[in-house]
Amino acid sequence: MADLFDKFDPMIRAREALGFVDSSPIDVVMEQIISPTEAVIKGKRTILAGTNNYLGLTFDPRCIKAAHEALDAAGTGTTGSRVLNGTYTGHKALEAAIARLYGAEHCMVFSTGFLANIASIGTIAGKDDVIVIDADSHASIYDACKMSDATIVRFKHNDPDDLDKRLRRLGTDANVLIVIEGLYSMLGDKAPMKELVEVKNRHGAALMVDEAHSLGVFGETGCGVVQEAGVMHDVEFVVGTFSKSVGTIGGYCVSNHPKFEILRLAARPYMFTASLPPSVVASALKAVEILGSEPQHREKLWRNARQLHEGLTSAGFNLGAAPSPVVAVKIDDRDMAVRLWEQLLNNGVYVNLAMPPATPQGLNLLRCSLSAAHTEEQVRTIVDTFERLARSNSVLSQPAA
Amino acid sequence: MSNALDEIVTLIAPHNRKGVAVTASSTFATDLEWDSLTVMDFVAEMEDHFDIIIPLNLLPDLETVGQVADAVNQLIEKKNG
Repeated sequence: MADLFDKFDPMIRAREALGFVDSSPIDVVMEQIISPTEAVIKGKRTILAGTNNYLGLTFDPRCIKAAHEALDAAGTGTTGSRVLNGTYTGHKALEAAIARLYGAEHCMVFSTGFLANIASIGTIAGKDDVIVIDADSHASIYDACKMSDATIVRFKHNDPDDLDKRLRRLGTDANVLIVIEGLYSMLGDKAPMKELVEVKNRHGAALMVDEAHSLGVFGETGCGVVQEAGVMHDVEFVVGTFSKSVGTIGGYCVSNHPKFEILRLAARPYMFTASLPPSVVASALKAVEILGSEPQHREKLWRNARQLHEGLTSAGFNLGAAPSPVVAVKIDDRDMAVRLWEQLLNNGVYVNLAMPPATPQGLNLLRCSLSAAHTEEQVRTIVDTFERLARSNSVLSQPAA
Repeated sequence: MSNALDEIVTLIAPHNRKGVAVTASSTFATDLEWDSLTVMDFVAEMEDHFDIIIPLNLLPDLETVGQVADAVNQLIEKKNG
């Protein structure tokens, strides 16, 4: 009998071929967290430029205080499902706060953002339904499709005409759920929300928008790209996560559908897992209040995003998209991407190394994400380090002006 | 009965980086060495070429070019009623 793990041999070989010298992304250990934007890695003080900590709220004293109080009052965990003993006052308060933020009737909170997608997509669309997803969708959306009994169709990334074409081919018989993201996490490109909503409305489909990377980042009160585009009430479902702007872990889905609450009994990833611990719920609730009422964090985040984008662009780098809090540097050569990633880390800058098949178009990316907590000085250091290392490796050939 | 095989072989040609001889028994993963993204992009290309929908649910069962051609033939027939 063969080894169960033989199927991983190609992956093992591919990983070995990447040629990391000192460290590889899965070996990075944050030995000490100094602040939302700094940690000690391999004994070295390092600027964190790849943590999706968009609003920098992980150390907000109000969130920490709320978490402490909940921990003391309600203990370390719920030890139960939301439908058994795992619904505390805090869970209901958090759901109410998110529903209020979106002006929506219903909100369900899940134990992770990944589960929010698996549970809502996989349950809402059933055997006779069709799910139409953007080609560049996150792994959790693809996996939700795999778990669903629905027919799965994929449309060209961010292309309303292609979506229109596919919906036309599908005809009018089936119920269709379209799933897109607000901001795509790898390249940092935004969905053409208005145009996609227009196509969706024309075909009478339902739309779910995953605002994982856009909650707290776009829109007047931080609801995401749907709010910025002014289509919040044209969108049937919004899902998101607490593990980025909210600074903790968990996920949610909001909707105005009159029968939405039945998902609490139908969605297995909601029922058959333990609910979020009270301290996580408490800090999430505080952070949701902050992101809705304090636009200054958002404004600071965007100043940082523009500074990094401008800095890297004028240094000569090829970037993934227009300015956003996700700034992806495209590196043509895979081995060079690996080497630069490692040298950035050795020089005190942590970014994300992203490669196919996790990236679209076969791209190798040094993906940065900004935080409102970054200082102007830190962003300058990120740009300077990128530029210096790229020049010494002849990735950028032009001498500095 | 339509026959999509020849057209699919033609559509594969520009993506046949290994330059392997493509027949009905060629496999996408092993012979053509396509990853899952390349396969899905090719599905989109076939959808547009034949004006059909090829659900991603079918992919796990489609390992060879011939199996894809059979599936496409069936989808074309279904479309034409």
